[in-house]
Amino acid sequence: MGSRSSLLICVLVFGVVSALFTGHPESAWPLAQIDDYLLNILIMAGINVILAVSLNIVSGHTGQFSLGHAGFMAVGAYGSAAVTQIGGKAILNALSFLGGAAPTCVFVLSLFVGGSLAAVAGLAVGLPSLRLKGDYLAIVTLGFGEIIRVVIQNTEAVGGARGLTGIPSFTTLGWTWGLAAFCIYCVSALVRSTYGRGFLAVRDDEIAAEAMGVNTTKYKVTAFVVGSFFAGLAGALYAHLIGYITPEGFSFLKSVDVVVMVILGGMGSTLGVTVAACLLTFLNELLRQAEQYRMVAFALLLIVLMILRPQGLLGGIDRWIQARRNRS
Amino acid sequence: MNEFLQQLINGLSLGAVYALIALGYTMVYGVLRFINFAHGDVFMVGAFSGMYLSRWLKPLLGHWPEWLFAVVVLAGSMTFCAALGILIERLAYKPLRERPRLTVLITAIGVSLLLEYSGQLLFGAAPRGFPSLIESRSLPGLGELHATNIQAFVLTATALLLGGLHLIVMRTRMGLAMRALSLNPTAAMLMGVNTNVVISFTFGLGSALAAAGAIFYASLYQAIEPFMGVLPGMKAFVAAVLGGVGSLPGAMVGGLILGVVETLVVGYSKVLGIPPGYRDAVAFVILILILLFKPSGLFGKQQREKV
Repeated sequence: MGSRSSLLICVLVFGVVSALFTGHPESAWPLAQIDDYLLNILIMAGINVILAVSLNIVSGHTGQFSLGHAGFMAVGAYGSAAVTQIGGKAILNALSFLGGAAPTCVFVLSLFVGGSLAAVAGLAVGLPSLRLKGDYLAIVTLGFGEIIRVVIQNTEAVGGARGLTGIPSFTTLGWTWGLAAFCIYCVSALVRSTYGRGFLAVRDDEIAAEAMGVNTTKYKVTAFVVGSFFAGLAGALYAHLIGYITPEGFSFLKSVDVVVMVILGGMGSTLGVTVAACLLTFLNELLRQAEQYRMVAFALLLIVLMILRPQGLLGGIDRWIQARRNRS
Repeated sequence: MNEFLQQLINGLSLGAVYALIALGYTMVYGVLRFINFAHGDVFMVGAFSGMYLSRWLKPLLGHWPEWLFAVVVLAGSMTFCAALGILIERLAYKPLRERPRLTVLITAIGVSLLLEYSGQLLFGAAPRGFPSLIESRSLPGLGELHATNIQAFVLTATALLLGGLHLIVMRTRMGLAMRALSLNPTAAMLMGVNTNVVISFTFGLGSALAAAGAIFYASLYQAIEPFMGVLPGMKAFVAAVLGGVGSLPGAMVGGLILGVVETLVVGYSKVLGIPPGYRDAVAFVILILILLFKPSGLFGKQQREKV
């Protein structure tokens, strides 16, 4: 059993347990009694894990540096919010035969819509821009992310610059971590599969891969679409957690947040990225008092890390675990 | 027709600012082959240093003619930013000279964030008013057209700076070394070019031009804040790509085109059916079109990929 599958099992167990026992204030289980603040942080950690792991398949495994992740998150958030908030009543009525399960069905539908819309956006962005490399790709994805934001800002149907309010809060700890587990499973299974070798080949040497007959464009676009789908899911979860979304919340800086998680965790290491996403979420909360200094510290960390340890703080942790297991 | 000329005047003065920033991107790309993400934030520092300089110097030099005072502030803040650019290169980029380009790119994003948030810490997040170095007056004798003396100052000073840059790059030994380095770094080094000095000089030159752009931008729009460099920085990058990255005339022309197109799109938003809110998206649409159809830009050379 590899490190990824053990990580996956941990996350799954955590997800199932929290799904079963949170939300019942009278429950005797300790997990059910955590206060709302901690609960929110735990959910945010899950959302960030999804974001970081999904960016990791694009940047870490396939080697395509994207700075537009927040744009896809925005598409997912707005798409799903459109289902539950704008079309919520009608869909709820249509699904009334399901009885008590109807709201959950609407939520699942909205998650699916959010993820799919983001995947479509990913395809539309990926097809033209993935012909570019390195710095250019970074700038173009950044540009697309900004275009998505500007378009939302100028679309009055979804609230324009004021944002969208009154989104029902469907997101629970169980849903978030369940989907995080699903995301981790999909990404690690995909990367370890025969098909997934294509991603690694593109990252390690694009020209050599192309010469060996690997359809590099196909792999790059696939990675981009999968990454965007999960970013959309994360956006949908986020919208239904906070209940209020604005275009400003999905700016370039949000993308940079995710990039920092991926780099800190080590590009291409799913375990490292997961740990880094959780760690940074908690660190953000701890440093909330020192908000102004937080980003200065992150920026410095990024620079120093790149100079001293470009593989990330936790990069290579997978290999280290593997080596230990082989020794024993 | 008059309206069109009016938009053209406004567009050109904005384009001059973009051109000044774009030159920094292009020159650094020429010698180091990487996009200095922090360039837009050096621009921001230029604006703030200009504000503080003019405050400090006002009691001392207040009796000087205002254009001379503006030139002194301009020169001061250009010097400061040149030093900052050289410092950034020495501390952050130099240790990464031989590393993969992605590493350098991420470092540049780090430097950019560092400047932005340190700026926020030092100057506060709220926009600040930029002191008017030159009192705004309408230029007479233009008929129905409206142009201010600030716009005239911006365009003249930009033309002078670009002329000076041309002289430096084409007529001095340092300029020769810069051109040699951008042609072939290894060969330049073997011929005795001190690459470290040339790279430092390039960073200094680019940052000084960005500072000049910042003073002009702040004089035109009169509000500055720590994140003001993000969008102009990105748009100037688009201008550099439009002109062909690595080409100096390209960066100038690209900047002017971008400024004019952006102003025209906003000015004719009713006719074109594009809401003025899309102003910031114009540059990115241009960028994507350029990269798809003519990635080498207007003046750039097609580059073959070698294995």
